[in-house]
Amino acid sequence: MKRGPSAFNIASVVAGLAFLHLPIVLLVVYSFNASRLVTVWGGFSTKWYGALLRDDQLLAAIWVTLRVGLISASLATVLGTLAAVALVRSGRFKGRLLFSGMIYAPLVMPEVILGLSLLLLFVAFGLPRGFWTVTVSHATVTLCYVTVVVQARLISFDKALEEAARDLGCTPLKAFFAVTLPNIAPAVAAAWMLAFTLSLDDLVIASFTSGPGATTLPMRIYSQVRLGVSPEINAVSTLLVGLVATGVIAAYLFQNRRRGRDA
Amino acid sequence: MSTSRRPRLNIGAVRSSFAPWADPSLEPLVRFEGVTKRFGNETAVNDVSLSIYESEFFALLGPSGCGKTTLMRLLAGFETPDAGRITLAGEDLAGRSPHQRPVNMMFQSYALFPHLSVEQNIAFGLKQQGTPKGQIADRVTEMLALVRLEGLARRKPHQLSGGQRQRVALARAIAPNPKMLLLDEPLAALDKKLREETQFELIALQQRLGMTFLIVTHDQEEAMVTADRIAVMREGHIVQIGRPAEVYETPNSRYVADFIGDVNLFEGAVTAADGKRVTLATPDCPVGFEALEDDRLAVGSTAWLGVRPEKIQLHLDPPKEGPNRMAGKVADYGYLGDWTTYVVELESGRTVRAARANASRLVARPIACDDLCWLTFAPDAAVVLTR
Repeated sequence: MKRGPSAFNIASVVAGLAFLHLPIVLLVVYSFNASRLVTVWGGFSTKWYGALLRDDQLLAAIWVTLRVGLISASLATVLGTLAAVALVRSGRFKGRLLFSGMIYAPLVMPEVILGLSLLLLFVAFGLPRGFWTVTVSHATVTLCYVTVVVQARLISFDKALEEAARDLGCTPLKAFFAVTLPNIAPAVAAAWMLAFTLSLDDLVIASFTSGPGATTLPMRIYSQVRLGVSPEINAVSTLLVGLVATGVIAAYLFQNRRRGRDA
Repeated sequence: MSTSRRPRLNIGAVRSSFAPWADPSLEPLVRFEGVTKRFGNETAVNDVSLSIYESEFFALLGPSGCGKTTLMRLLAGFETPDAGRITLAGEDLAGRSPHQRPVNMMFQSYALFPHLSVEQNIAFGLKQQGTPKGQIADRVTEMLALVRLEGLARRKPHQLSGGQRQRVALARAIAPNPKMLLLDEPLAALDKKLREETQFELIALQQRLGMTFLIVTHDQEEAMVTADRIAVMREGHIVQIGRPAEVYETPNSRYVADFIGDVNLFEGAVTAADGKRVTLATPDCPVGFEALEDDRLAVGSTAWLGVRPEKIQLHLDPPKEGPNRMAGKVADYGYLGDWTTYVVELESGRTVRAARANASRLVARPIACDDLCWLTFAPDAAVVLTR
């Protein structure tokens, strides 16, 4: 028998990867296009990245996106971690299944419906839409992802460690901060990064819940594209892809380093 | 580890004179009074009353699921009793959380904090007590010396061997100087040789510190070697409490006789009982059984004789007159090195285990399968059981 991948295997991997990544590669390549025309290659240039720095509206959108991401990810991490602790640690309480089902519902709920329901909520409460409504909405949506990640870590975490801490003089709260949290920290960090990345590239929820003065980067890109694709958008998209990829890889490395040490 | 590390304490001599439970003027350190704990429909601990005395090494022994760990966790405060009360040094522990109880527990999994070094693990309890920094450092050094881990203070738990982790867990639980140390299957994770050595280390440590130890174990040998007294548990109840030798030589029930060590149980009908001796009629032994028994058992009632394999003699020639003689043939034997256990099939069809010390090196085995043989035991070698 021949070992290693066959020609067919190689072909299918190449085709699959091309299918997934060709559009992104094209985007990155064209962001370095000297020509104004998106479809014509006019030589290598970084001028669009320079132009980016002079586009105040785009810079404002980037700034809003980063702030929304940082705050919503932090909020989601705190709440999601608490939910995970409640689910894993409080044993079988009444309505546990319902609670966990409700936590996970946003994972499978269509984003459009989530966005619409959030919009209805804000309208009903008479809240002016803007920066904070987007932030809270993102925290709501990413919370369940945080819970999934943290819960997975907590399940494999020896409950006796918490008991040992309490036995040695810690209140339950102190035991959580002194023993549990330091040990699940990599998972919490990974969850934060996941939440941050999800917030960065969200368009649907933001479109529903944002208001004047709080245009996020994906919203900005989308509205610009309707007027025609500019190389400047390619440049900013490339940066976004880079940032998201970095976040995902960092989250992966964080979790893996931990696993390596536990083994 | 070499055997020269074993403590040179004359443990047996210290032990035999230690019997605080026999002194009615002494107040026990821990008292369980009618303690019951249920989990759903299951009663894990059922109306248990038990006293443990200062400086005692007490063992809770029983098969898994008998409630021994639950009993310990009730004392540590991780479970709340449904009925009854637990006192420590005269104080009722009801309503006190684990962190408010002056007992420390060594967990079966050791539960060392993976993000802390050995010395930080040991210092953990002291830090929670608010001990000044200098004193913590002194105490940690003392503890490291006690468990012989001086060079490993800065290691993380995952860099230690199983035996070393066990000693860190021990040092961490002892460091805050608890009134009582609770050990949940402390040796279960160690291999056999290390386990035997550690048993003796535990005894030496307990003697040196004068601390009260409560150990939970399913391993009867571990309980026998380490403890001053053993409580044998079954299905949430305590069946018998006594010194290891008492529990082994005078079990109070067939359950205890069978759980602790090997035993041959013979059922018979009482034919005579004069307050000193009892005789039994049984199909297993046509000449009848005779054993020492103070109780005047009712003639005709059913009783059991428990005879340990090592107390049964195996003969190849028919023995002379006397009770407790059984003829049979060797069905099987197991050579254990120091002992050989023979399985003998009696004429009645049942099998009996007899053990022989291999006093001389075995060149040609004098006994083989299907050999005819006779079994005897002395009247004082058997224990009479009525339940």
